[in-house]
Amino acid sequence: MTTGATASLSSAVRTSAASTAGNAQRVDPSFLPTVEALSHENIRRCYYCLKCTAGCPTAYAMDYGPAHVLKLVQLGQKDKVLQSKAIWMCVGCETCWTRCPNGIAAGHVMDALKQMALREGYAPAERRVLVLHRQFLTSIRLFGRVHELSMLALYKLLSGDLFTDLDLGARMFLRGKIPILPERIKGMSKIQQLFAKRPRGQE
Amino acid sequence: MKYSYYPGCTLHSTAIEYGWSTEAVCEALGIDLVEIEDWNCCGASSAHSLDPHLALALPTRDLMRAQAVGADIVMPCAACYGRMAAADHKMRSDSAWRKEMEAEFQTEYIGAARPRTLVDVLGNDLSPEALAAKVKRPLNGLRTVSYYGCLLIRPPDLTNRWDDPEHPVVMDRILKALGAEPVQWAHAVECCGASLALDRADVVTVLSGRIVQGANDAEADCIVCACPLCQANLDSRQKGISPKVPVLYITELMGIALDLPGRSKWFAKHLVDPRPMLRRKGLE
Ligand code: SF4
Ligand code: SF4
Ligand code: SF4
Ligand code: SF4
Repeated sequence: MTTGATASLSSAVRTSAASTAGNAQRVDPSFLPTVEALSHENIRRCYYCLKCTAGCPTAYAMDYGPAHVLKLVQLGQKDKVLQSKAIWMCVGCETCWTRCPNGIAAGHVMDALKQMALREGYAPAERRVLVLHRQFLTSIRLFGRVHELSMLALYKLLSGDLFTDLDLGARMFLRGKIPILPERIKGMSKIQQLFAKRPRGQE
Repeated sequence: MKYSYYPGCTLHSTAIEYGWSTEAVCEALGIDLVEIEDWNCCGASSAHSLDPHLALALPTRDLMRAQAVGADIVMPCAACYGRMAAADHKMRSDSAWRKEMEAEFQTEYIGAARPRTLVDVLGNDLSPEALAAKVKRPLNGLRTVSYYGCLLIRPPDLTNRWDDPEHPVVMDRILKALGAEPVQWAHAVECCGASLALDRADVVTVLSGRIVQGANDAEADCIVCACPLCQANLDSRQKGISPKVPVLYITELMGIALDLPGRSKWFAKHLVDPRPMLRRKGLE
């Protein structure tokens, strides 16, 4: 935390926050310890070497790369982080964890941040990503397994993203790759119990 | 060799040819797959994105049920493997959690069975010599690039390092035993972004397109993969790429080399039809 790079970076962030007084971001000192506890990751060990960002497949489509997100967490920039696209664009590929010299799994931090954003009522910057995750889980709640056809139909309806890839879906369907009927497992009561235990804000 | 078998949802749907070829190849190699009774979906990236409890509890139900078989659990899907490995690791490393799950499922967790990915079993439990001895139609002259993507070999903390996370070699070793010519390329461990396939197709098109282009740059005849999600992505996102590159499951190539019946049914399921290329190589 006290390397030259980190010190100059944090002062840079502070200066830029001060110079844009109008939209200065609130610093939340409890943010870093809370996110560390939720993600089980030691975020203060990050010394901003950027290896994670360099290897992250979706960094190019994020507003802040994974290293930048960790830095903002260190600096207590809660609103910025929880409103970011970055947390929703992480695909959980574990490349960052594999390569981090400090053993930090940035992807696990991204997951904890998504959950925190939902619990605290921040509108997701990538709404469709959330809709899809929810429909995927709905499928498991109903059948115990994923049923692509009903999941896709619900996703299309709820996301408003009606037309992307319809041709592709049709080609898969014609090759008999999308079963019409779901497979429903026998042990559904246990699956439903597991779902019933979910904390508020995640249902 | 006996294993408990977790096919995962996609091997019954979008990757049905992977399911068929896996079962055929294992049977031919004397690998006995005992499907876990009444298995449920592992929750994939949606569960770990939204709900840490479900993300571990869902695969834990499967781990518990697999104990009835009493052998390592083999799974062909990289995403399932990632979740099962995470759940197994949590059960082994956090005793409070293990007790909670043992009460939840009224079952003791012995932990004798380990989640393994199918390529690990095919490439590490079976010697290349034993495999080569069964080859009837060597894949001579077939230039392949092996694609691992991410979760098959990452993170090393969870995979037991069955192969190197940055420079994996096991698939190439299998392909060589089949008589093929695996060639080097730069994209073996690049992620294709599958979990955004539906909601951010633009991103996946960029990521998958780069990988397929990489196969063309290496002048490969096909990409070889071992994950239903990777295959679906690479097979379906080839608009504007020329020539199109067939994306085959490693089990399909093993099926050709072992001369197993019913293969044309597998290949008919692909979006980029591999049959013209196989015909050219005399391997249909
Ligand atoms: S690789 Fe690790 S230390 Fe380097 S920036 Fe990323 S999280 Fe920080
Ligand atoms: S896990 Fe997420 S943050 Fe890490 S490299 Fe993959 S996409 Fe990027
Ligand atoms: S990861 Fe895919 S295949 Fe594996 S169980 Fe989950 S949905 Fe099904
Ligand atoms: S989709 Fe990406 S994250 Fe998933 S297994 Fe294939 S390469 Fe890995």
